[in-house]
Amino acid sequence: MRSENLNANYDNEKTEDVLKKADVLGLSKEDLIDMYKTMIQIRLFEEMADKLYALGKVHGTMHLSAGQEGVAVGTGTVMQKVDYLLNHHRGHGHFIASGADVNKMMAEFLGKETGYCKGRGGSMHIADVEANNLGANGIVGGGIHLAAGVGLAIKMMKEPRVVLVIFGDGAANQGILHESFNMSAIWDLPVVYLCENNHYGMSADVTRVSSKVPFKGRAEAHGIPGYFIDGNDVLAVHETMKEAVEHARSGKGPVFVETETYRYFGHSKSDRNLYRTKEEIQAWKEKDPIGRFETLLIEAKVLNDKAIKEIYQEMSQVIDEAVAFAENSPEPDPSEVTEWVYA
Amino acid sequence: MPEITYREAIKNAMVEEMRRDERVFLIGEDIGTYGGAFGVSAGMLEEFGPERIVETPISEDAIIGAAAGAAMVGMRPIAEMMFMDFILLALEPLVNQAAKARYMFGGKATVPMVVRMPGGSGTGAAAQHSQSLETILMHIPGIKVVAPSTPYDAKGLLVSSIRDANPICFVEHKLLYKTKGEVPDEEYSIPLGVADIKREGTDITVVASGIMVHKSLEAAETLAEEGISVEVVDPRTLRPLDVDTISKSVKKTGRLLVVHEAVKTAGWAGEVMASVSETPAWDYLDAPMRRLAGKDVPIPYNRELELAAVPQVEDIVEEIRAIVQYRY
Repeated sequence: MRSENLNANYDNEKTEDVLKKADVLGLSKEDLIDMYKTMIQIRLFEEMADKLYALGKVHGTMHLSAGQEGVAVGTGTVMQKVDYLLNHHRGHGHFIASGADVNKMMAEFLGKETGYCKGRGGSMHIADVEANNLGANGIVGGGIHLAAGVGLAIKMMKEPRVVLVIFGDGAANQGILHESFNMSAIWDLPVVYLCENNHYGMSADVTRVSSKVPFKGRAEAHGIPGYFIDGNDVLAVHETMKEAVEHARSGKGPVFVETETYRYFGHSKSDRNLYRTKEEIQAWKEKDPIGRFETLLIEAKVLNDKAIKEIYQEMSQVIDEAVAFAENSPEPDPSEVTEWVYA
Repeated sequence: MPEITYREAIKNAMVEEMRRDERVFLIGEDIGTYGGAFGVSAGMLEEFGPERIVETPISEDAIIGAAAGAAMVGMRPIAEMMFMDFILLALEPLVNQAAKARYMFGGKATVPMVVRMPGGSGTGAAAQHSQSLETILMHIPGIKVVAPSTPYDAKGLLVSSIRDANPICFVEHKLLYKTKGEVPDEEYSIPLGVADIKREGTDITVVASGIMVHKSLEAAETLAEEGISVEVVDPRTLRPLDVDTISKSVKKTGRLLVVHEAVKTAGWAGEVMASVSETPAWDYLDAPMRRLAGKDVPIPYNRELELAAVPQVEDIVEEIRAIVQYRY
């Protein structure tokens, strides 16, 4: 068969003993609430981005990650400050989950001087090099070769860091993945490849454009351990990423994690969703990573309706403040357009 | 001063910089035991070991990407493309990533890397191993393009390139590897972006780089016997281009010929001429500016055809004569 059904394991759907699982993972109740909060923050950020675009306040394009919060937060809670991040174009969620300042993100989104890149990069190029965030990337798979070099540098400097490179199912069909897999495998580089398989590369159904899915077999062909997991289960992502990052950090070489997930918004602002049905989108919303986690947390009595309401209020305020910060920030000065081409 | 080859000068620059700065390393194909396809890195593996002489699979895209990634987090890689032609396999990381990271991220990233690449024809290696692609690289803001013509320049410019904080394309001409020249034992560097007048003259300015500097100097020697005084200016760095030195020379001589091996159409001669035309030197021109460049063909295999495809000394001599004899 050319491609197996893309269907990650949803067995842990009914984990009534979420607390026991969290305990094994070393996550306290507070950690779980923080994870939930971050997921809400991402969702609200993306919804606000969409709204700002509809209001005509955004000059450029955007790629929203609503629906993929499980991957972002499950991963972000595993990574350490010393670790490097190479993100993809649909990267808002990963930045927020890695502790980025939403004010600076929103300001960059609106092209302001106070943004992470002083309005030079926009949504697709948010970076914070000092915080080891080496940027989102406008090229599909554009971080994959860089990751081999960052991994090589980590190895040369003999530091206990890893580099996390995140890309989508579309990038998995770029030839550079093979070169990078091979290089990081022969040199045992501390590279964690995270493929966020959300079923579509723009409009291309992953099963139509890929010789075989899931992609983990491609990693395994290079001797790289591969995982294929349910990306809408934040605790499963956390658990797997923890194992993967430990593998890379311990000097055992690269590792590949593929998470199955789904994006609710279109690819970018030009998308009219002609390639998928409303029913399909709805079916995925029923497997929503936030909804599922929320249910578990309510059942485990970690959260109740009141607490959830408060979290939404708190996170809405954070996003509203980010918008206010961005809107009140100065535009870049056109006389500085040629600065920073060279160091 | 001791005489060494262009090849040795490049190697010495790398070796000395690697001894000085442990962040510097060499990455590329067959650069270890083999010593590199042109023998430039011969012996370096013995001194620095496989940790710093990083031999790669044949993966140009990943080599340049890895160099860029390592540079972004504080290393100073020197990547060797076995042939300049192969950089075409790696333009994505070079142009989209390395060249743009600093600007795109609001000035917060630096990508200090050097890509060494042997270009040019003359070895019978035909169309895919003989190109001069410097114009393509010059077109990208964020990249600097360096093209030394002598051992002295090669060493001094490579030292500066390795110490520079930007992505540098360092174009070596493969016919120059065996050429010799004086290079001091003591440490020195040559600033990027500064042209060098290789021969002073009064009748015409010839701007040439790489191997064309030597051909132009030979032509100048011939023409001197005819009473034509040729000034040869070697930009040494093609981007940033030292327009000031070139235009001053043109102002003095009143004539300009640009010679390069790269094909004529959209070649960098056009950039030199356009830049000169924007300076006061324009008013001093006694003849139309001209360019002598590679013919608009892929480099052919046959020896005679190969010679015919790129400017030779006789072509330069004829072209200079025609310009000097031109009357408005």
